[in-house]
Amino acid sequence: MSERGVIISNPYDRLSKEQVELIDKTSLELLQHPGILCYHEESVALLEKTGAIIKKTKEGEHDAWWVSIPPGAVKEALETAPSKVTLGARVPENRVVLDAEKTRVHFGSGSETNYWLEVEPETYISKDNKGERVFPIMKKKRGNLELLCRSAHLADQFENLDFFIRNVNVQDADITTDNKDVNVFFAALNNLTKPVISGVADLEQLEKVVKMAEIIAGGSDELRKNPLVAFITSVIKSPLQVVDETAEKLIAIARLGLPVVISTSPQGGSTAPIDDVGMVAQVNAEALAGITINQLANPGAPVIYGAVPVRARMDDLHDMYGVPEFCHYTMACAQMARYYKVPCYSTAGVGDAKVPGIQATMEKMLTHTMVPLAAPGLVHYAFGLLDKTQTFCPEQALLDNHQIGMIKFLQRESGVSSDTVEKTKKVVEEVMHSPYRMYARYARGMLRRGEIFSGFPFEGELEDQDQTLLLAHEKIKEMEQTEVKHLSEEICNRIFDKIPGLLPRLNPYREVK
Amino acid sequence: MSKDIIEMIVDNVLQGRRNKDDEGIEEGTVGQPGVAELVGDALEKGIEPDKILLEGLSRGMEMVGEKYESGEYFIPDMLTAAEAVEAGMEVMEPHLVGKGESGGKGKIVLATVEKDLHDIGKNLVAIMLKGAGFSVTDLGIDVPAARIVEVAEEEGADIIGLSALLNTTMINMEDVVKELEQKGLRQKVKVMIGGAPTSDDFAREIGADTYGKDAFAAIREADKLLKAGGDN
Repeated sequence: MSERGVIISNPYDRLSKEQVELIDKTSLELLQHPGILCYHEESVALLEKTGAIIKKTKEGEHDAWWVSIPPGAVKEALETAPSKVTLGARVPENRVVLDAEKTRVHFGSGSETNYWLEVEPETYISKDNKGERVFPIMKKKRGNLELLCRSAHLADQFENLDFFIRNVNVQDADITTDNKDVNVFFAALNNLTKPVISGVADLEQLEKVVKMAEIIAGGSDELRKNPLVAFITSVIKSPLQVVDETAEKLIAIARLGLPVVISTSPQGGSTAPIDDVGMVAQVNAEALAGITINQLANPGAPVIYGAVPVRARMDDLHDMYGVPEFCHYTMACAQMARYYKVPCYSTAGVGDAKVPGIQATMEKMLTHTMVPLAAPGLVHYAFGLLDKTQTFCPEQALLDNHQIGMIKFLQRESGVSSDTVEKTKKVVEEVMHSPYRMYARYARGMLRRGEIFSGFPFEGELEDQDQTLLLAHEKIKEMEQTEVKHLSEEICNRIFDKIPGLLPRLNPYREVK
Repeated sequence: MSKDIIEMIVDNVLQGRRNKDDEGIEEGTVGQPGVAELVGDALEKGIEPDKILLEGLSRGMEMVGEKYESGEYFIPDMLTAAEAVEAGMEVMEPHLVGKGESGGKGKIVLATVEKDLHDIGKNLVAIMLKGAGFSVTDLGIDVPAARIVEVAEEEGADIIGLSALLNTTMINMEDVVKELEQKGLRQKVKVMIGGAPTSDDFAREIGADTYGKDAFAAIREADKLLKAGGDN
């Protein structure tokens, strides 16, 4: 059983039981009328077998089908979808077991950002008193494989990070559609020991990625028992459209028997209603459509209900994550997934802010605190994301790791019991009869048992300057010096022998030679 | 081979165990002799009180200070260790009287000044000073200047330590300095102050000898004052 993550003792129900049933009914009705607009012929064929009403149409140059999905088909898919899904890892203690009937929440990274934000301390001279001051200066870099490896190495060390979704979009000159997937999966698997979840850019590469994972896991059966890789498919283009190429991948992954997240990310105000009811009804319908196709392709295949609803900014229609509506949407979706007994993939911790600071902290704290209360199994985007999801900053990821530690600590049980109140009475009695009536001795016991939260680790000493980012930068430098837990030389070399397209510079052993 | 009893005293100071009933940092120590019992045993075995004090209790407390400086120990560790030293000192006291060591490092009278009822900071200072080997008379809270000086005179105190949390009561610290001057004791008794609204500047302003920003600073400042002797 997974020991990672945190158990939410009393999940917050944003929706009443009646409201959950009403959203369920509404989503199923939306899947019938207007139904989905499907661009993938095989999905249409699978749905047709369930009694779906199909009407062919043309969208621009593309063939498409209006599909009215009968509620029974969705309910049957939900029956066959497993409530437990394991995300494997290179080391057993890092495995994540998602159980839709339990309330354990896991936090992870993601998703592909275009920029890596480097923090560089620079010294300035004051105009007033000529004194020196050090300030953190932020510099943006384009993502590449080297940065992805660094990110995976750091992710392995963040104690509150439970799963890794690639957070750097690699833009190296020698990366092409034909070799991207194998290289980015290898970069992750060779630099951390936690579950790896990712999309695949090219269906042709899927087989190679799975072969690579089988070599690491020790065989095909071993990989199914310990799925070191899981996949994300954005099969739905909101509103309610099934994308041809992604549906193809979804079906292929289902048939491989590997876990897949059905990720749908409508934007309230543009591709989905902005109000709570409309958004949740639509995003829920979209997730259900994806699960139905997945289960029709391979009944019982491990599948995860992924809902990433965002709100539109009203001034430029960009995504907004750090707003209360975002919490409303995602918390309701987590509740819907639990109602269906399908593990849920959710989102928290994205800063709309462009750089670390007060705005980012406020936005992150809001969603990091609220979303897990609804007890989704997976919370992604939780580490280091800024500027919506455009930028990844390692120092911010470290601060987020600490923030998640606080959120996890918040979930501790009160400990009130007949035994503990008796102990309390004894302690109060003792202290009241001691010379200074102080509880320090008893605080020490809790301190040593790790029952007292450690406080903020990046507190500076200056009285007139926030040093958080500079101190986080020092810590990141220290973490980057630690040894990477690479795959063994034998496994690395086997992978490089068997899997075409891997860039030699990613093999730490061959490079040394 | 069993540990030397002095080493055991040091260990138990580090563990903050006053006596056999206390838990230490490590589990499973309840029932084993604590500092009070070990000091008693050491005295019975004829070990010189100086050795027990310097190589056991004081050495233990120095190590606690080092662990605090390195971040391994926290305030609760310091306070419990100081309490353990105090328990040992109580056992030692009859053996020190007559040897000119009953006051340990020196005598300090502590008080929160008149009209101020706050005592957490002052209590921390008292515990830590005792742990550091000072003899401390704590007069408590809301103590008039005249009473503080009266006790300091009776006890032959080297230092008066004053605490205040309010900026409305901190001005009463000056009354203590004036009272000492009026009684002709100012050259003999040093004054150190502390508390949230106070500062180095304020100490100078009212004619106090020093200011300590926390309990550790109080120990350092008290040591400095005693070393400086009557240079006031």
